[in-house]
Parts: sequence; structure tokens; C-alpha cells
Amino acid sequence: MSQFSDRIPLPPVDAQTTNLTCHFCIVGCGYKAYKWPRPQEGGPAAADNALGLDFTRPLPPLAACLSPAMVNNLRDKEGQDWHVMIVPDKDCVVNQGQASTRGGMMASLIANGQGVSASRLTAPMVYGGTNWRPAGWEEAIALYAGLTQRLLDAEGPDALLFNLFDHGGAGGGYENTWATGKLIFSGLGTSMVRIHNRPAYNSECHATRDMGINELNNSYEDAELADVLWSIGNNPYETQTNYFLVHWLPNLQGNSVAKKQARFPGETVGRGRIIFVDPRRTASIAVAEQAAGRENVLHLAINPGTDTALFNGLLTYVVEQDWIDREFIAARTTGFDAAVQANRLSLEECSAITGVPVAQLRQAAEWSYRPKASGHRPRAMHAYEKGIIWGNDNYRIQSALVDLVLATGNVGGRRGAGVVRMGGHQEGYVRPPFPGGRPAPFIDEAVIAGQGRMLTAWACDAFRSTLNAQQYRAVVTKRAAIVREAIDQARGASTAELIDIIFDAVTQKGGLFVTSIDLYPKPIGEIGHLMLPAAVPGEMNLTSMNGERRMRLSEKFMDPPGIAKPDCLIAAEIGKALQALYTQAGNAAMAARFAGFDWASEEDAFNDGFRQNESELVTYERLRALGNNGVQLPVQGLENGQLVGTEVLYTERFATEDGRARFQPAPWSGLLPLAQAQKDKYPFWVNNGRVNELWQTLYNDEHNPARMGRWPATLVEIGTADAARLGIASGDLVELYNDYGSTQGMAHVEPGIREGQVFMMAMGRQGVMGDLATTAVDENVLPYYKGTWAAVRRLGDAAYSASVTGKSRHY
Amino acid sequence: MTLSRRNFFKLTGLGAAAAATPGAFAQNAMPGSADAGRQAYPVQPIARLDALVVNQPLDFAYPDAGSACQLLRLGHAVPGGIGPQQDIVAYSILCPHMGCPTSYESSSRRYKCGCHFSVFDPEMGGQQVIGQATQDLPRVLLELDDDGSIRAVGMVGLVYGRQSNVMVQEVSA
Repeated sequence: MSQFSDRIPLPPVDAQTTNLTCHFCIVGCGYKAYKWPRPQEGGPAAADNALGLDFTRPLPPLAACLSPAMVNNLRDKEGQDWHVMIVPDKDCVVNQGQASTRGGMMASLIANGQGVSASRLTAPMVYGGTNWRPAGWEEAIALYAGLTQRLLDAEGPDALLFNLFDHGGAGGGYENTWATGKLIFSGLGTSMVRIHNRPAYNSECHATRDMGINELNNSYEDAELADVLWSIGNNPYETQTNYFLVHWLPNLQGNSVAKKQARFPGETVGRGRIIFVDPRRTASIAVAEQAAGRENVLHLAINPGTDTALFNGLLTYVVEQDWIDREFIAARTTGFDAAVQANRLSLEECSAITGVPVAQLRQAAEWSYRPKASGHRPRAMHAYEKGIIWGNDNYRIQSALVDLVLATGNVGGRRGAGVVRMGGHQEGYVRPPFPGGRPAPFIDEAVIAGQGRMLTAWACDAFRSTLNAQQYRAVVTKRAAIVREAIDQARGASTAELIDIIFDAVTQKGGLFVTSIDLYPKPIGEIGHLMLPAAVPGEMNLTSMNGERRMRLSEKFMDPPGIAKPDCLIAAEIGKALQALYTQAGNAAMAARFAGFDWASEEDAFNDGFRQNESELVTYERLRALGNNGVQLPVQGLENGQLVGTEVLYTERFATEDGRARFQPAPWSGLLPLAQAQKDKYPFWVNNGRVNELWQTLYNDEHNPARMGRWPATLVEIGTADAARLGIASGDLVELYNDYGSTQGMAHVEPGIREGQVFMMAMGRQGVMGDLATTAVDENVLPYYKGTWAAVRRLGDAAYSASVTGKSRHY
Repeated sequence: MTLSRRNFFKLTGLGAAAAATPGAFAQNAMPGSADAGRQAYPVQPIARLDALVVNQPLDFAYPDAGSACQLLRLGHAVPGGIGPQQDIVAYSILCPHMGCPTSYESSSRRYKCGCHFSVFDPEMGGQQVIGQATQDLPRVLLELDDDGSIRAVGMVGLVYGRQSNVMVQEVSA
């Protein structure tokens, strides 16, 4: 934050300028980071500041996106004072100069020891004597690597548990996924690993991949070209803001008609329409109605968990109407007849299950699949996210959806189409193969059952992001306390002696040694024994790709705080230490497994990982040359020294052996039984997800007064009638409880919420939706986070109503 | 070119409305805040208390003619409100995200921006209800004179499109 609320310093024309991709969501908006010595300032004339903006008179609307939150101060390790400004890049094709409220805050978060960043970890922290103390890297790594070796030798790799990021952006990226994968999979060889947001090491998109279709198969431009946009279990205004505002909105407002005419000559084109599949009326629906007109928005407010029935009913109907793409089905797919047979469901049955009137089902099918006046089939883009991914049987729903898309030819190179996940974080995955099978082990249940000796939470916090979370927290805390008690007695112990003591506590007494590698102390780390400080983009060079596979280099412009390090170099330190320990022990075979970590920088990790496994052609230098527009993967080659990418996947072949996409039978089979049991017992369906102003586990936000002023507690949206019946007003504290746990939040009465439903922000510090989530999972251990039921009661008035608005969040 | 603000900038009275009280500036417009004394805001009469109608915004410009604001009487005490009922507030109506003019919806008592759909609550200090701005609606600091006239004396928050709320320009040395 600027030190002034009502003025900002301008970067001089010679300010250092670097590219930064937003830390947060998958859209990956491009930003420019300016850094220049204090107290210099650029002048207000356009020629006198690096922004090239004329501040001698007020700028016209939409000329810039600039606020005091985009400016900050920094003192570097040499004692030099700097201004830093981080603003959205007008030349980036993704966001075109726009910032969301999340990305627009990046400058406020930089590690300068003040404000939000005052809470950052700046050195390794070691637990001892009932307290935390800072430690040097040598001591911290000696403890971590020494204990790891003891356990690996005594009990094998399954003693070592990891909760591990698999994404891009902050806390991820190709450098860091590679380094951790090399350490954990190739080196340690453990399969007892789960991903940051779910209890096993699996894909959120097994089904679509099994059908030959990667989930990120189109370009953001396709949203400008579609006749119909499907938004399924997805709230894009709040969660993929600039993809929605910059690429969907122009289509809904009729501003991409000329582009459509140019691309599709002879074809009927017009203003885009949008269909939402969501039990909840969301902020996105309200915005879409404003932008497109109510007549161009269809909200299919399905009963929770009935997506499979919806897609099967539509598939059956479009086959009956012959609105399918027979040529495409014959030439490019297999298994059509069997899927149609298995998924068969009449519109009447579909309506009875989903609760959507038959007329709406027909209208959705007519908009999306009935040939247009010109005779062309409509271009329907199907976008989905956590409503399906954390839905009632992920594998089945995704199969049913992709069946419908394949039948209507809306994937496979067609522009204005695609069947795509919207995504959470950016992507940035390159790892050696996971040594476990499929289905992968259900790690969080194994922890609860007392398995494992050492748990490393790497850039994630399962205390806030698992199912049955209350029990998980209770067991991990209890097992960690056993180790703490042993450590508390170890007065004056050397690292070697401490390792003996911990080894005894975890192998003989049921303890669990917990390490957190992260930016901040996290709840899962705070009950543990070792915290290692990591870095974010801007403090390191980092590559990731966004939701249209657009890969960028996010450039370093400052150092991490204290002695914190990039995650990839922390992994390298651990690898090198294990190599030395095994060499010392005369175990050459084990030492060899930890070879190849002699990296001086994150670029070395990139060259070892991405370039050796994905594309040799991609270098930091070539990415730097492409700036915030980067290149869309996969890379096809070089043209005049520039990387050439791929706009849309599967123009000729799908990702199967025979190149044909596979239909998969996915009959409707009701709710998963554990979810059904809670539904039978409790009155409120507990929907959950992200909230516009907050990001994921709130790891930055919970330290940011600007955010906590707006959201001092976890949001619980409740409808007007239910709130009145329970005596709940906006700002009241409420408790939600069921057979799995109880949690709490701040009520917000939102008129659009249906009776018998509440919506809860998913991953707060005090209010954790996972406390209520059942252990219902699909065949690949994908949780049904969205499917639990609970009772709601008013706890009282915490005075939030004096400082937090209770006005409707719907435009 | 690099400039030191202290030496090279001077205040410019952009527009006659800004200088309604020529020469009168509130030097410490935000006592106790980090901003105290940083900018010299004009003191500007806006309206008389008895002329305000509850829930009907009144247009004015502040701190100069290029900055559209509204004065609003809400009929009950609100955070930051002045007057006998502590119910009078004023805000810049340019959306602090990207500068589109917001409009006041009297039925819901919200300021709404049609460009990127940000929504602000004038009854909660201009707090962003939802939206893409990284600050709340900039607030105009008000004072009430003994004679019942309301005047603007400063602002909290940066008005869209400016480096500084009080416009500055480079002058030749």
C-alpha cells in the first residue's frame, strides 16, 4: 500500500521494468512491475513517467487501472530504498490492462517487512522448549534430511507423507513442481502424497483425459466467438474475473459480432447467450443479466448433485432431435451408441431429477445445439469448474458432460467451442511419474488411521482444505503433540540427538513430525515442529501456464525476505543433503537417487525439468522476449527465433492411441451414499466456493487489514426466508453442524439464495467448510466437497454489522 | 526526468469551482492519519443542511471541477456521517477501479458501476460490496458550519485518473 491514501508516486521513464504474471488465479493476467530509487518520482507529463500517461489533467475513464494499493516501498539488503508499482499490462492479450481486485493488490503484498508481509517467514523456524526459534538453513536441513534418512532406512518410503502443491503461479510453477517431484518421487520414492486441495494424488480431470481430451483445449478468444457459453458449476465474475470481463462480456454485449462475421463467413452470428448450471443464483448470473439482457441468460438451477442427469437428459434429447454432428462422431470418435444407450434419460425424467422445468431444458438445447438459420450448428463452449470437479461423482459427471459435447461436435479444433475447465490456480506441472497407482492412496484417511511418521505440508494447508477436516485436524494435532512433548524434554540436544528423540516418538509412540514449507506460518505448521520459508513470483523467476495454456516467465525483481528461498532451491538443498548423508553412509545406490540437484538458480531447475521433459526449445531468454503474452503450449517450433505455440488442441487427433475421442457411458446413479445420509438428516445443503475479494486459503488475505475489514469472518450466504425463520441478520455469527463436525461464519442474507441452501466461503481460518464435508469420494478419490448437508443456528452478534456492509452482492 | 515533488510542483486551481473560497486550504485535512499535511485541500461550501432530501444525492465537484462527487443524506447515523443525525456523507462517484461514473440506486442505497459491475455502500463508508477496485469509494471529508452550511475540507482515497487528488503540474524552475 502507498503510504498516502490520496496520491501515488509515478515511475520515472528509466524505472526498472519487469513482467509479472498474477500470483493468483488461472487466468494469469499480465502485470508490469516498476522499481525505482526513492525518493525519485516521474513527472505528471506523459513523456516524464514510465506509464506514458498524462497526469497533468484527469485521465478519461478506462484509461488506466491504478490505485494506492498498486504502490509500495522496499528497502533492499544493501539498504537502498525503492518505490515499487505493479500495474496491469495493457499489451497483455489476456487482461488488456485490467486488474481484478485480487491481482490489483499484489504491490501491497510485497515482502518489505511491513503491512501484510510483516507476517512472512524470513528464516527456518524450529520448535523446541514449547516455543519456536529461528534457525539457519544448515541446521534446519540437517534435521529434516537426517530424520528423513532414518525413517527411509528403517521403514521405507511410506513413512514419509507429503501434502503437495501441483499447480502454477505462486506456490507452484514448473521450476517448483519439477524440483519437488524429483525429490519426492524419484529420490524418496514415496506414493504417500496428496495434492494441495484434495486427499489423494489424482487428477481433477481423469474422465475427460481418459476420453482423449485435455481439460484446457481452447483459447480465451473462443469465448468471444461462441454462440452460447455454458458456465457449469462455475462463478466466473468472482473467480476468473478478467477472463469473464475481457473475453466473455464483449460477446454477451454483442461487441464481438464483427469478429464472428470475419471468422465465420456465411454463418448466422449474433450476440452471445449464456447458460448457467448452478443451484445458486450467483453474482455472475446477476452481472450476465445486466450485460446481456435477461432474455439471453438461462439459469438452470439444478438440484444439488444432479449434473449427470442434466447432461444425460440433454444428450438423449439432442439425439432424438438429430441435432448431433454425425460426421464428426463417425470420423473422430468411438463408443457413441453405447454411451447414448447407457445415458438414456427422457426430458421428463431429467426434469424430475434436476428440478429444472422441461421448457428450460428444451430452451437450453435449442440455443446450444439446434442448427442456426444458416444451417450451421451453433458453436457452444462448455466451461466447468468446481461444481463438477468437487461434485457428486466427479468421474461420472465429467463423462456425461463430455459425451454431450462430443455428440454435438463442440470440441476438436472448432472455434467458439471447447469443453474446458475454468481452473483454480495457473498450471505448471512437470514431474517424474507418481509412483502410486490409480486410485491413489487416500492419504488423509491414512493419517487419521495413524499411518506415516513424517508429514510435510508444502505450500498448502490441509487443515483448511480437506474433507472430514475437523477429525483430520484433531488427529494431526494430537500426533504432533506427542512429538512436541518428546522435543520439550530434549534440552541441549544436538541435531543428531534430536533426530533420535523424534525417531522414537514417531516410531514407538504414534507421533507425527510435521514440517510446513510456506510463505507464512500456517495452521498446519503452527502445531508442528519445523517451518521452512519459501518465495513467491517476483522474488524468483517462475514459469506457469494459464487456462489457455499460455506460458509466461514471471520475472524476479526483488529478493525473498530474510533468508527465504524459492521452493525449488529448498528441494535442492534437501536433495543435496540426502545425497551427502548416503554417500557418507557408503550407500551409493541411494546417493545416486538424489543426484542432479546442483542448481545455482531456479533457471537450472527449469532447464532440468521443463526443457528435458516438455520442450527443449523453451528457454528463459525466449520467454522473456515474448513478455506477458508468452506462448501457448504445446510449442510447435521456432519462427524467426520466436516460439510458436498452439491456439486450440485436437484439430486433427485426440489424445488417444487411435486419435479418436472416446464416449464413456455415465448413467445417472443418484447421490453418493454418504452425502445422501447427511441430506436425509439435516435441513441445509452447504454449497461452498470462493469469494471475489479473497484468494483460496487466504494466506495473504488473512494478514491484510483491507481484506479482513470486508471479511472479518467466513461468509455464509443464506436466503431471506430461512434467515427470518432462524432469526439471523446479516453480520450475525452462525454455526453450521452435522455428523462430521461444526464450523462457523458470518451470515450474509442474500435474497437470491434458495430456501434450504446456504453458501459458505470454502477455506477460512476459523470457518472451514471441510469440517462438514463427508468422506464421499468418486472412484479416483475425488471428494464431493460440494455435497454436504448441515443444520444452521444463530450464535450471536459479533458487532460485524457495524463495520461490514450487508448489502446485496448481486449487481 | 526525475522530479522532487516538493520543489517542482505547485498547486493548480483547476476550474473556478475548486477555488470557491480563494486562498482557504485545509492544511491538515485528515488529522491523525498518515496523510496529515501532505496535501492542501481547498475548503469548499457545498450545500445547506436544510436543503438536503433524504436518499436524494446532490451533485458537486471536489477538489476541482474535474472530480464529480455526490453529497448524500441517509436519514440515520452512518460511519463517517456528519450533521445532527450523523447521516450526511459524500463520495467521489468515479469508480476507483477504472473510472467509469457510478450511479446511485436509491432503492438499494448502493453506488453501482456499469463497466465492471463494482458495487459500493455509502452507508458503510463507501465500502466495496463486490467488485474489482482495490480501494473503497473515495470519501469527501465534510464539516458543518454553525450557520448550517456543509463544506468539503479533504478526501480519503485516491480519485480515479489522478496521481494526486489535488492536481499538481510541473513548472519551470
